[in-house]
Amino acid sequence: MTLKANLKYNICWLILMVAGFYLMNTLILAGVIDSFLENMVVTIGINIMLAVGLNLIIGFAGQFSLGHAGFMAVGAYATAIIISKTPTAGALYLSIIVGVIIAIIAALIVGIPTLRLRGDYLAIATMGAAEIIRIIINNMKITNGPSGMFNIPQFATWPVVYIMVCVTTIIIVNFIHSRGGRAALAVREDEIAAESMGINIFKWKLAAFVLGAATAAVAGSMQASYLQTIAPNNFNIMESIAILIIVVLGGVGSITGSFVAAIILGVVDTALQNFGALRMVIYAVVLILIMIFKPSGIMGSTELSFKRLFNRKNKKVGAKS
Amino acid sequence: MTTLLNVENLVKNFGGLTAVSDVNMHLNDDELVALIGPNGAGKTTLFNLLTGVIVPSTGSITFRGTDGVIPLNGMKTYKIANLGMGRTFQNIRLFKELSVLDNVLIAMTAHYKENFIQSIFRSPKFYKTEAQIREEAIELLKIFDLQDDLDKQAKNLPYGIQRRLEIVRSLATKPKILFLDEPAAGMNPEETADLTRLIRQVQRDFHITVLLIEHDMSLVMNLASRIYVLDHGSLLAEGTPTEIQQNDAVIKAYLGEEE
Ligand SMILES: Nc1ncnc2c1ncn2[C@@H]1O[C@H](COP(=O)(O)OP(=O)(O)O)[C@@H](O)[C@H]1O
Ligand SMILES: [Mg+2]
Repeated sequence: MTLKANLKYNICWLILMVAGFYLMNTLILAGVIDSFLENMVVTIGINIMLAVGLNLIIGFAGQFSLGHAGFMAVGAYATAIIISKTPTAGALYLSIIVGVIIAIIAALIVGIPTLRLRGDYLAIATMGAAEIIRIIINNMKITNGPSGMFNIPQFATWPVVYIMVCVTTIIIVNFIHSRGGRAALAVREDEIAAESMGINIFKWKLAAFVLGAATAAVAGSMQASYLQTIAPNNFNIMESIAILIIVVLGGVGSITGSFVAAIILGVVDTALQNFGALRMVIYAVVLILIMIFKPSGIMGSTELSFKRLFNRKNKKVGAKS
Repeated sequence: MTTLLNVENLVKNFGGLTAVSDVNMHLNDDELVALIGPNGAGKTTLFNLLTGVIVPSTGSITFRGTDGVIPLNGMKTYKIANLGMGRTFQNIRLFKELSVLDNVLIAMTAHYKENFIQSIFRSPKFYKTEAQIREEAIELLKIFDLQDDLDKQAKNLPYGIQRRLEIVRSLATKPKILFLDEPAAGMNPEETADLTRLIRQVQRDFHITVLLIEHDMSLVMNLASRIYVLDHGSLLAEGTPTEIQQNDAVIKAYLGEEE
């Protein structure tokens, strides 16, 4: 488990990320991906960030939060306000940091009293907290109230979103595979056993909750600057549920699953745009079918792992010789 | 030999039921003590009180820490654990979906540091720490012959092995006192004999105090230097294995009814 031993796998991930970038770039240059499809890809990217962060909270720390859209709103408005005033690329990055900091503060305020609650109570409390954030935004001048903000400068182009997806995913995956992530998993598995092993369960629940909220803020920033228009209603309970659907569909506790589900739903959603009213029915039927035939989600709790792929190959080679 | 844990007039009521009634007991450094009694006597409840999982109705529990005697009443479970109280559970409570190795690594959480930034950016220091704790965990797993099952999910292990893993996990918390709640339950005689040997070995090698709940009398009589007998929540007797075997009240209340 040394740096050297992991170099091989880390290089594989790097190659995968760079290859994805070049594939996207080539397809755009070749005209295969037009602005309509680019919009779809970016929306998928934003949904991946949201789902991965929520999966950390629900799937890994085992805390049922229904307030993810609230933290997304914080990032979205931080970016919208800052880059509307100072339309520079530098201001975008500053606004991401500001959004993340405010989201962390909001998550601490929400998390400290509510993470002591269990299950259903936590879901209701986080949902209420997100609603409060939305109502505050709805009533502020600087956010332009219920009508929202328009003509936000588009600094978050697809490469920026792509890089942010990579960065937030790496942060969350690396957290999961470290001391804190393992402690959060223990909390999910059995709180009494975790406490009896000396784990401060409240601290690690809060850590996962705050980290998930911070990445939601980054997703919000990307959305505001890419779509160039936001309104408080984009961040209501339906948005939180939409993120939850991606997590559940992909597999609670599988980051790979969140990627797969965000991509599938993004494509299905785009493909159904011409079906008018039928669209929501087909969408719902797809969800129901998957949940009937694979209740643990598309990926269950398995992950794409280069280490496993390599080991499997080695075993096969070993068996032959 | 000095007292490590001291329990005075401990009482636990569940509504109208007194599960633990006015119990006085103590544990010394480096000894292996057994707690026996019929089902429902209050043994597990006593363990839960001592480890802070439940709060006593009245009475006091004190622990001799590095800087003086500490009252444990009302202290959070994880803080009590970090003072040096490790335990296993009667109804195995492993982290079922996680690997054998992760189960042990998690129990070491309080004993190493990893800073968030280093973990996120995978600094050489991070890999070094990970390699070190992994090595430590494997050393412990080796004692219980579990070193070849590192990547197996805990829930897929046979029952007897799960019980052994629970002991390894509690040892990984570096306990001063180890509470074992029916560690041999559901094991066959061979497994029990093996476990008896391991418990003795671990107690001696790590110089820890062990308090053991067990129904298997051969195991208890073999291992324990002192025995507490609990019946209907109260202490019925205390003494060496020979004393307990000859105690009339114990024979009548407990040993007699078993035969
Ligand atoms: N959380 C609880 N609430 C109510 N009663 C309990 C609880 N825990 C244990 N008891 C009761 O306390 C008594 C002692 O149980 P327990 O400590 O599990 O006994 P033992 O471990 O000696 O078999 C039993 O009558 C049991 O039903
Ligand atoms: Mg019991």
